[in-house]
Order: sequence, then C-alpha cells, then structure tokens
Amino acid sequence: MSEATGLTKLGMPKWGLSMTEGTVVQWLVEEGAELGKGDEVVEVESEKINNAVESPAPGVLRRQVAKEGEVLPVGGLLGVIADASVPDEDIDAYVQEFQATFVPEEEEAGGPEPETVEVGGKNIQYLKMGEGEGVPLLLLHGFGGDINIWVFNQEALAAERTVYAIDLPGHGGSTKDVGEGDLVSLVDVVEGFMDAMGIEKAHVFGHSMGGAIAGSLAIKHPERVQSLALIASAGLGEEINGEYIESFIAANRRKEMKSALGLLFADQDLVNRQLVNDVIKFKRLDGVDEALRKTANKLFPGGKQADVPDLSNVEVPMLVVWGREDQIVPVSHSENVPGHARVEILDDTGHMPQMEAAGQVNRLIGEFLDSQDD
Amino acid sequence: MTEVAGAKELSKEELLDAYRTMRTIRDFEERLHEEFATGEIPGFVHLYAGEEAIAAGFMAHLDEDDYIASTHRGHGHAIAKGCDPKAMMFEIYGKQDGLCHGKGGSMHIADLDKGMLGANGIVGGGPPLVCGVGLSARTRGTNQVAVSFTGDGGANQGTVFESLNLASAWDLPCIFVIENNGYAEATAQAFSSKGIDIAKRADGFSMPGVVVDGHDFFAVYEAAGEAIRRAREGGGPSMIECKVNRYFGHFEGDAQTYRAANEVEEVRKEKDCLMLFRRRVTSAGLVKESELDQIDEEVKNYIDECVREAKAAPEPTPEHLVTDVYASY
Amino acid sequence: MARITYMQAINDALAQEMERDETVVVFGEDNVGGTGSPGEMDAWGGVMGVTKGLYGKFPNQIFDTPISESAFIGAAAGAACSGLRPVAELMFVDFMGVCFDQIFNQAAKFKYMFGGKAKTPMVIRTMYGAGIRAASQHSQALYPLFTHIPGLKVVVPSTPYDAKGLMIASIRDDDPVIFFENKVLYAVEGEVPDEAYAIPLGEAEIVREGDDVTIVAIGRMVSMAEQAAADLSSDGIEVEIVDPRTLSPLDTDTIYESVENTGRLVVVDEANPRCSMASDIASLVAQNCFEHLKAAPQMVTAPHAPPPFSPSLEDLYVPDPEKVADAVRKTVGQGVAS
Repeated sequence: MSEATGLTKLGMPKWGLSMTEGTVVQWLVEEGAELGKGDEVVEVESEKINNAVESPAPGVLRRQVAKEGEVLPVGGLLGVIADASVPDEDIDAYVQEFQATFVPEEEEAGGPEPETVEVGGKNIQYLKMGEGEGVPLLLLHGFGGDINIWVFNQEALAAERTVYAIDLPGHGGSTKDVGEGDLVSLVDVVEGFMDAMGIEKAHVFGHSMGGAIAGSLAIKHPERVQSLALIASAGLGEEINGEYIESFIAANRRKEMKSALGLLFADQDLVNRQLVNDVIKFKRLDGVDEALRKTANKLFPGGKQADVPDLSNVEVPMLVVWGREDQIVPVSHSENVPGHARVEILDDTGHMPQMEAAGQVNRLIGEFLDSQDD
Repeated sequence: MTEVAGAKELSKEELLDAYRTMRTIRDFEERLHEEFATGEIPGFVHLYAGEEAIAAGFMAHLDEDDYIASTHRGHGHAIAKGCDPKAMMFEIYGKQDGLCHGKGGSMHIADLDKGMLGANGIVGGGPPLVCGVGLSARTRGTNQVAVSFTGDGGANQGTVFESLNLASAWDLPCIFVIENNGYAEATAQAFSSKGIDIAKRADGFSMPGVVVDGHDFFAVYEAAGEAIRRAREGGGPSMIECKVNRYFGHFEGDAQTYRAANEVEEVRKEKDCLMLFRRRVTSAGLVKESELDQIDEEVKNYIDECVREAKAAPEPTPEHLVTDVYASY
Repeated sequence: MARITYMQAINDALAQEMERDETVVVFGEDNVGGTGSPGEMDAWGGVMGVTKGLYGKFPNQIFDTPISESAFIGAAAGAACSGLRPVAELMFVDFMGVCFDQIFNQAAKFKYMFGGKAKTPMVIRTMYGAGIRAASQHSQALYPLFTHIPGLKVVVPSTPYDAKGLMIASIRDDDPVIFFENKVLYAVEGEVPDEAYAIPLGEAEIVREGDDVTIVAIGRMVSMAEQAAADLSSDGIEVEIVDPRTLSPLDTDTIYESVENTGRLVVVDEANPRCSMASDIASLVAQNCFEHLKAAPQMVTAPHAPPPFSPSLEDLYVPDPEKVADAVRKTVGQGVAS
C-alpha cells in the first residue's frame, strides 16, 4: 500500500513471536496532540503483556483509528500521525485505502524463529534479529528469564546490527544441564556462543544475572566486549532478594508464581495470566527446577550474591539502567560502577525496566550505541 | 510312602515351623469362633479352620518377596505368609493398631511388606492381581512368583477364567490354587460345577492342573513345590486344586443347615490336617510328640495374649476416617 | 516446541516415561497389534494408533493382551502393587462394565483398606465421547462414575499440551489414575514442548478470561465454549472459560474464584446430566458461592439418553456452541437467539 507523503502509520506492534493480535486498552493522548518520536501514544494489551505503543516519528496524532477495546491484528492501523499541514482529506483517503487493502500476516508466516547452536556439547537456543553492519549485540537474560524478556527491545535494537538474544543453560529452550552452574561456567557459555557464531567482538547487554555475566566477560576478555549495558544488574553488590529466588524456584502453581513474579514489576497489572502461564510451563519442564536450584546455590547462596566482580578496571563504554522500585537487586547498587559509566534510574519501574519502561530503555540504549559511533 | 518321602525333604526346623503355622491358624480361628459368638467382633468373619495344610504347604515354598492374593477366608493365608497375628487380631477387632489400622477388617487383611496382597471381599478378585505380580516379576527380571487362592465358588467367576488365560498367554510365574471345600457359601460344588475336578479346567488354558488332598500338608507341599519351581524357572503358570473341608460355616453365624449331619465331625476325626501331620512326623521319628505339645502350649498362650490385648487396644481416632485415601490429593 | 496432535502428545508422553523409567509398562488390546500373527508386529499400535511405534523402541515394555479387560486391568493393579508403573488401556470407557470391579473395588481401595501400606501407581487410558458415529456402546462420557469413587484420580485433557503433561504426571503419580482421551480430539494440533513436563493433577486452566459469565467446560467441550465465547464477545458478553483438566481432584478454588468475579455459571459437559460433573459443579457453586450468584447456574449437557448412532441424531446429542451461547445469554437475562 502506498504511504502518502508526510503520513506515518501507527500500527499494531508485534511483541514476541506468538503475538498475532492486540487489544487497544487506552489512548494516552488526544487527537491533535503534538508527538515527539518515542512518545507513548496508546496502551495495547497482547496475550502476554500490556505496553505503550510509541510514536515512530514526530508529528500530530491526526486520527485515533482504533477504538478502545478493539482487537487488531498485528500490523493493523491504530492511528495516523502527520504534520499539521497535511489536509484532512489526505488522512481520510489514507485510512480508507489502508483498511480496504490491509491483509493481516498469516500466523505461520515470517518473523525470525529461535535457532539452536552447540556450545561445549550443549544446545544453546538463541533468537537472531537484524543484519546491519554494526558491531553485533548480545542480550543476556537474568535468573529464571529467557529470550522473551527482550520482546520489546530486540527488534528496536536490530536496525543497524545483528542482535542475538541467548537462552542461558537451564533456561528457555537451552540445555537443562547447567554444568557447574556458577558464574564462571555461564561466562564460558557466552564466550563459547560468540566463538560458535563467529562473533569476535560484541556489545554485551545483560539483565540482572545476565549483567553479572556481561561484566565478568568484560573483565576476562576486554578485547571481545565493545560496550556493556547493565540493566538492574547483579554482580554489583552482595544484596539480592533471596526470598524471590526461593519462591521462584519453589513455585509450581499459578498462584505461587503470580505472587513471585509480582516482585519483578512496579505495575502489578503486567503480571497477567499468559506471563504466569509461560513461566509455569517452563518451570514444569523436566530438569528445570534442578537447574535453577543448582544455579541459585552457586550464584546466590544463603540469599547473597556470591560473585561481585571488580569492574573498576573495565574501560569499555558502560550504561547502567535501574528501576527505582526494584525489589530484587537494590537500586543503590547502581552506585557501585566505574566513574565513566552512564547511570540512569527510572521512576515507577521495578526489576524489569526493559519490559516495564521499554520505550525509555530502548531510547537510552539507542543513544548509548549512537554515542559510541561504531 | 509318599508322605514320608515328602517329609524327608524338610528339615526338623521346617517341620516344626509348618506345624506352628497350622496350629496358630487353627487356634486363631477357633478362638475367633468363640469370641464372635460373644458379639464383640464387628462385621463379617469367614474362618479358615480345617484348611490350614494348604496355606502352610504353599507358603513353606515362598519367600517374603513372593506375593499371594487371598480370599474373604484369608486369615490362614495371611498368617502363613508372615503377617503378624497380633496385628491381625487387632485389625479384626477394628483397632487403631491393627494391621490395616482398623480400616480393612477381617475381609481386607493385607501386608504388602510381607507379600500379602490382601484378603479380598470380592469373590474371584485375586487372580487378576497375581497376573500383575507375575508380569512385574517377569518385566523386572526377578524370580518372584505369585500365588492366588480361590474357592470352588470363586472358580466359577469370569475373572478366574480370564486370569488363567492371561497368565498362560503371557507365560506368567503364577500359581492358581483352588481351595475346593465343597461349598460356595451354601451351594454345593456338586451343583455349581457339576462336581468336576476343577483342576481339569487347566487343560483348557494350556497349563498343568493337579488335584491334591488339601488335608495333607505333605501332598500340598509336594504339588506346590513342583508348580512354584516350574514358575520360577520360567515354565509358566499352573493350577492346583486342593480338596478340603471347612470346619465352620461360610461366615460366623451360619447355622450350616445345608450340610450333612456329622459331616464336619467325621472329617475332624479322620482327616484333620494337624492330626495327620502329627501322626506322620512322629511315626517317622522326625519330631517328638513333646515338641509338638510345646508348640501347642506356646500358641495357645500367644493367641490368648492377642485377644486380650486386642480387646483392650484403642479405637481409631476420628481423623483416620479420611486418611490414606490417596498417596497425594 | 513442535506443533503435534493430541494423539502424538500422548504417544510422546508414554515414550518419554518408558525411556526414563523401565518399570513403566504399557499394555492393552492391540497396543502393539500383531503379537503372534504371521504378519508384522506393531501393525496397529492401539485401535486408534496412539501407541504406534512404541514397540520398536521398547519391546520389553509394551504388550498385547487377550480381550480380557477384567484380567488385564486387575493385572495392572497387581503390577502396580509389586514394583511396576503400568499404563493399561481400556479401549473404550464403555467397556468398564466388564472390569469395573478391578478398578473401583480393588485398585481404588487398596491404600485405604490396607491402612496406607499399598501404593498403586497405575494409569488406565481410555477413550470417551461421541462424534464418530460409534453408537451407544462406544461413545459415552462415563467419567462421573469414576470421579464418584474415592481413591481414583480422573484426568480429562482438552489440548495436546495438557494431554502430554497430564499423562506424564499421571504416570508419575502414586495413585490409580483414569486418563480419558477424547477420540474427536486425537487429530487436534497444538504447540507441545519436546521435553518431558508434568502438569500437577488438580489444577484447572483458565482458557479465557472474562468478567461476565464463567463457563466450566470439560474435555472436548472446551472448544465448544471457546467458539461460543467468540460469538458472545461480539455481543459484548465476555465469558471466562475454566477447564478443570482433572475431575478428581477438582480445582474448586479456581472455579469459585471465577464465579465470585462473574456471578454466573454455565457448565458444559458432554456426559449425561444426572449425577454428573455438570450437576456436581453446579451444586458446589450453589453451596459455596451462593451470595455471589446473580443468576441460576445452567448446565449444557447431552440429554438423559444413550448416544445415538444416526449422524443426524448424534449431532443433536453433543452440546454445541449455539447451545452454550444460549445458556450464557440466559444467565445474563438475554433472550436466546432464535
């Protein structure tokens, strides 16, 4: 379909591989409002999570095409953004043409699928996005997480480079054999993954436990790490919410898991049925509880972090992002980073800023990458 | 003489054990007969007295990890398989410390740790179960065997026919014992199975079937030994019919008006298994009368103790009404 | 994760458990199919092919049986008491009549009667349900008869994912479990992890969230409820669908919580209505959620009649989305669509 000059489509986003449609929860701005790029425009609910759709370009919100409560397929028209000078007739013509010609993507078609690579004799699952020339980027999830925690970020970061989200051992679709289950073995796996994929050097971004892995990799192999982004990171102090770790491992029923996951978010509405079900489904796979137990025993014995790598000599560019409401790793740990690191504390955000404040995090990371000029 | 030949296979200790088993069953049952009449024992009680040689003759060949499935007339099988008679007595009185914590009673006495899969309130209930045990032994590669006991009444249940066929088809290490005491409740075997030798049916299932005198411990011991040995060696199932008499009614309280006058008295006089055993082992010089007398005395005192303690034992507490329904729920 | 059928999901579960634990054995009529015949072994793999291929991988753990349900279901109980974890197939649940004693008087009661000493880890797989023109003796949904018996667990999966996870849980369970497979669902596909996983028995699934009416639907009826829900949603009625997944234990908490929110209940069950899961759940809700109810609970079930043969009659027999939607509308005070 034709994109009329000066018109920007606000479409139903695809958050994660399984998303086929979303429900419009609430418009966050009125028709006629001035928008900057990245401003939150409308709240959408997928099966898995609620999030705000951001304006892809500056302009005026000229039409709220989708009504609150309406269900749209991925790619469906939420609204139209355009300069104030574009005539109303052009907007209407665009909407009319779009609705007449739009065909939702087939459920099966398109989109990257997770792949598997053997690292040290064990299967590691990863999701690859983007093909740009930039230095590749690795995303490392935290304890109990998987590639899906990057659902709002990976595509946004993949415009100029290849972004790999990795399932660490014991997590997601990767081997349930965690080996020693300690930080060293996790760092070895990431290093082995880079070898297996032919990645010499990468931006290594980690969330929580993944941050500790990223930091340790930068200490061990500074030549292989272009930059670090540490999000609500472990490895920067001793404290961690041991009760969360324990309750996450123990939870085998939806209710238990829901209350455990509630600790991750400032906004409890984000812990919806699908999120809880997904985590429970993972937890029920044979070998997962043992893998998590072993990893937790090594990394968080007695409710403390066993490894606090010394980052003081790490010179690569570093971005540190934290939610002020983090109940898992205290926000005060953001102070324990080298002086050159850029530190960003986000209000009304818990332990999962990359999900709960996805737009802000993507913007911060975008700026961070741009500033490196790689 | 075959009985002496059979006796010679057994050590003196084994002979004394067999006698003690039979004497314990007899005293246990006769005492229950007396106590039931006082009204203190709840429910149904079916007594095994008169048939002791069968239980003792088979169980003399079985190890603790071999299994048996019994009938509603199960006290004798349980005692012979190693269940604790005192815990059984507690159970029959419905007490908390009974073998089944008072939840099973006389008709469901069981102890899986002893390989006793239970007395069974359902006639013909046991044979399918022993097929499963046989399958388990075969699958796990052990040389365990499984023995089911069924009466002449139970022999006419479809489950028994099906089980004989299944055991044959699967070549299972199972022995199907028919205790033919002549009556299915009050109906004569002469009517309900046309008075045939039930063991003849084995031929229809492609397995050996033999008839033995169920009053004669040594005859039972010999036939059981052959079938059990064959089963352990992978030779498949067998059927053994033991012709016998029960001394009491179908259940306690049965006036037994269907029986001939003096029927039981004559059996007691001519064929009583304890009497026959005593006569044979003493006349062959294998055991002294005094040694058997001593067992009689010990058993009598022990059964006294069982009854005395059972009567005084505590009742189950209310919370047990709903425990042990499931392993987890 | 792969997209596989309900049938393949059950086959996978059996294979993975047989692989994990060699005391897991599978038997039933033609479960191998061909034993002793001049042609090939594993000719059938069960009358519907659910166990197809297992013989090739586990020749010492899967057996054919004579047509003697009483003997081999009883054998499952005996085997369970003596060291195996048998999975016996009672081909159609309608055949329970020839072996029920072994299930409800023997296997179900061992633990209780024997004072807790027995452990009876066995699964009886059985097909249920109308829809394939199999007439009155091959189409019933007899799970309420089993649910009535203390000591038995009753599982009725509605999706391939649940079928695999519940089968694995059933095999690992130490109590006798009756596992009901809906023959119409065998061909239904869904996403199922390649790995083994166990779904705890006694946990309902909330298939769809909604605030207006709670539908409790069992087995194949879940899809009828989902179709009805889509229609109702376009009329502004949002139903919540609860799939109990296991009828014994029954996750009453999830049902009550849903009804406390919606205030309305429709139970959809393809079994006959008297003394049924539908009547049981309606009664439980009436007893325990009375103050939350805004309308009388409704039941959508087969009629009080055996399943008929003629396709034109059988299609009327099983609850359909229209009947479900009508019952839902009744609870919200709307006239039924005519």
